[in-house]
Amino acid sequence: MGTRSLRFREALRAAMLEEMERDDSVFLLGEEVGHYQGAYKVTEGLLEKFGPKRVIDTPIAESGFAGIAIGAAMVGLRPIVEFMTWNFSAVAFDQILNNAAKLRQMSGGQLQVPIVFRAPNGSARQVGSQHSHAMEHFYAHIPGIKCIAPATPADAYGMMKTAIRDENPVLVFESETLYSLKGDVPDDPDFTVPFGVASVAREGKDISLISWSRPVHVCLDAAAELARQGIDAEVIDLRSLRPLDEETILRSVRKTHRAVIVHEGWSYGGVGAEIADRIQRFAFDDLDAPVGRVSFLDVPMPYNAALEQHVIPNTPRVVEAARAALYAR
Amino acid sequence: MAKLLEMPKLSPTMEEGQLAVWHRKEGDTVAVDDLLADVETDKATMEFRSFDRGTLLKILVPAGSMVKLGQPVAVIGKPGEDFSSLLGGGAPAPPPANATATAAPQPQASAGQTASTPPASLAPGGRVKASPYVRKLAREHDLNLHTIQGSGPGGRIIARDLSLDARAPAPAAPAPVAPAPTPAPAAVPTPAIAPATPRAATPAGLAAPEARPLSMMRKTIARRLTESKQSVPHFYLTIDVDAGALVSFREQINGEIAAATRKGEEPEKISINDLIVKASAVALRRVPECNAQFSSEAILVHQRVDISVAVAVPEGLVTPVLRDADRKGVLEIGRSIRDLASRARAKKLSPDEMSNGTFSISNLGMFGIDEFAAVINPPEGAILAVGRVRDEPVVKDGAVVPGKKLAFTLSCDHRVIDGAVGARFLAELRSLLERPVQILLGP
Repeated sequence: MGTRSLRFREALRAAMLEEMERDDSVFLLGEEVGHYQGAYKVTEGLLEKFGPKRVIDTPIAESGFAGIAIGAAMVGLRPIVEFMTWNFSAVAFDQILNNAAKLRQMSGGQLQVPIVFRAPNGSARQVGSQHSHAMEHFYAHIPGIKCIAPATPADAYGMMKTAIRDENPVLVFESETLYSLKGDVPDDPDFTVPFGVASVAREGKDISLISWSRPVHVCLDAAAELARQGIDAEVIDLRSLRPLDEETILRSVRKTHRAVIVHEGWSYGGVGAEIADRIQRFAFDDLDAPVGRVSFLDVPMPYNAALEQHVIPNTPRVVEAARAALYAR
Repeated sequence: MAKLLEMPKLSPTMEEGQLAVWHRKEGDTVAVDDLLADVETDKATMEFRSFDRGTLLKILVPAGSMVKLGQPVAVIGKPGEDFSSLLGGGAPAPPPANATATAAPQPQASAGQTASTPPASLAPGGRVKASPYVRKLAREHDLNLHTIQGSGPGGRIIARDLSLDARAPAPAAPAPVAPAPTPAPAAVPTPAIAPATPRAATPAGLAAPEARPLSMMRKTIARRLTESKQSVPHFYLTIDVDAGALVSFREQINGEIAAATRKGEEPEKISINDLIVKASAVALRRVPECNAQFSSEAILVHQRVDISVAVAVPEGLVTPVLRDADRKGVLEIGRSIRDLASRARAKKLSPDEMSNGTFSISNLGMFGIDEFAAVINPPEGAILAVGRVRDEPVVKDGAVVPGKKLAFTLSCDHRVIDGAVGARFLAELRSLLERPVQILLGP
């Protein structure tokens, strides 16, 4: 099996294109996905290839088109909904929470909702407090939907395919600042990446840095700096937040005895708190230090570029948290 | 609520103490810092003062008893309080300090203060602050956390404070005489953390040192030799032996071996060191008081002569043990030492082969050292430091002629060996080495 070098956005596009070729019931809708070729050019060329019946430009009405897509999924189609960013899904929250996530259970299994919602998520560059949310923390809370957050083009490709083929609602959390990241992607239309399986992005023995999406790269950078200081950090890329690969997390912590969880979004509640809870519950006897957290600082995202970089998890903060967990002075 | 009063650590090396006199009796009211009892420790008679206030409800050990560190000695609480649950089967005496747990020296008690300060890891109420992982290790290895000083925040005991690596195949020195209660586990991973900014300690303008992380072996050497020099009262005796006869004796033996070797085969050889090891073993048989070790109850005089031989390896040094050196022939001693040394360099020695020696020999002659004093390898009672064979003028039949000299320094643990006893051993050794045929005759 060969590989091709693709950018993150190209990997997502290739996955959607191949799945649309493979299955006529897959279609795409969202703001600017067609004629404008996608706000971030993820859907570039798809309108020309599949026509306006399968690549649909919607009005600026997230609640409406999310609802339409959920209805389409209920009657047998497989919609992919692009939000311009996950921030805008807030106005469609009721559709996702109360319809997408509930219909299978409320219909006693008579209905299913095989739908994908995808969008960039988390911080970008100076898009202000209302457009910098890490929305996975809100959605991963909900049983009945799956949440994935790949960090590499290969995972974006393989997990997007798994998402489209899944019979349940899947939310794909992308990152505007990762869209141009290049990486090798398997040249195989049947390559998929299963949900609920974390990847060990870097093996190490002294401390576990646990992350997903863009901050995985911050952790890898921090691990390189820690290595220069004689600390051998392991980096776990969760890839999938619900289902969560508890086993890989616990295996790593049982080896290193120390963990720091790194993510965008605030630390209060959320996925990082959930992981910290599982570690303390299931690896209690293996902890040599309290589980560390590195997240957005507990403020609305500042617009000022310097302040924004201060609020977002960065390499020095991850290094500092790792050293604290190692009692290194 | 009633609580047990436990025997505190009243001196840095104390593992048990004799409760000499109770100054309070059952039913007495006790205030914080009141003198409860006198305790005879390994060092001196110390005051055992109360950390608590209340009524002395029960004295658990009568005056004159030997009490292990941490063992309950009394119950304190409110008058009439039921404390039977404290004394039930569920509350056994805590195990004594484990020999491998490194107890940090306690701060000195200032005058008028309590005689002892508990380790910083003890939170108010006597609870030890330790990470969950440390507690698991303590359960697995039967460690008493009360005796361990924590280096984490607020004195929390963290994994690296346990020094469990000391139980891994021991470099530098054998394990303490009391065998560890559990089999030696694999080394506990402890991250080697280089200082964040080694430069910080260097004044501006000066080149920073290169920070080399401590290996397990280096940590063990540091810990054990510090312990030896700080807790064992060393003294040193030096002799300078006429080695002329020894050198020719060795040549003679090697000549005999070569003559008996088949043509084309490389003849075996014995070294001066092999003869010294054998001579030392014979001398130890003649002066067994130097083949002994200290314990708090008694001097233990060994019935076996197992000699730890210091071997330099790239990371430091190890001391494999040559068993029953007194009963082995010189050739067999030579073969055994070479086998132990080559396996030491290949890191192929088992922990058994590095523990329970009774006496050590360290030879730096091959490095050109004339004479030196070695650090005792606890719990052994002495170590013999051997220099090189030197060409020296000697007086023979009233004339100065070329000769050979060889210096030995015996480092002795004064708790076990007195000067005259050490001198007797060295006299035997000199007599054996200066008339080396006697070495072969044995004790």
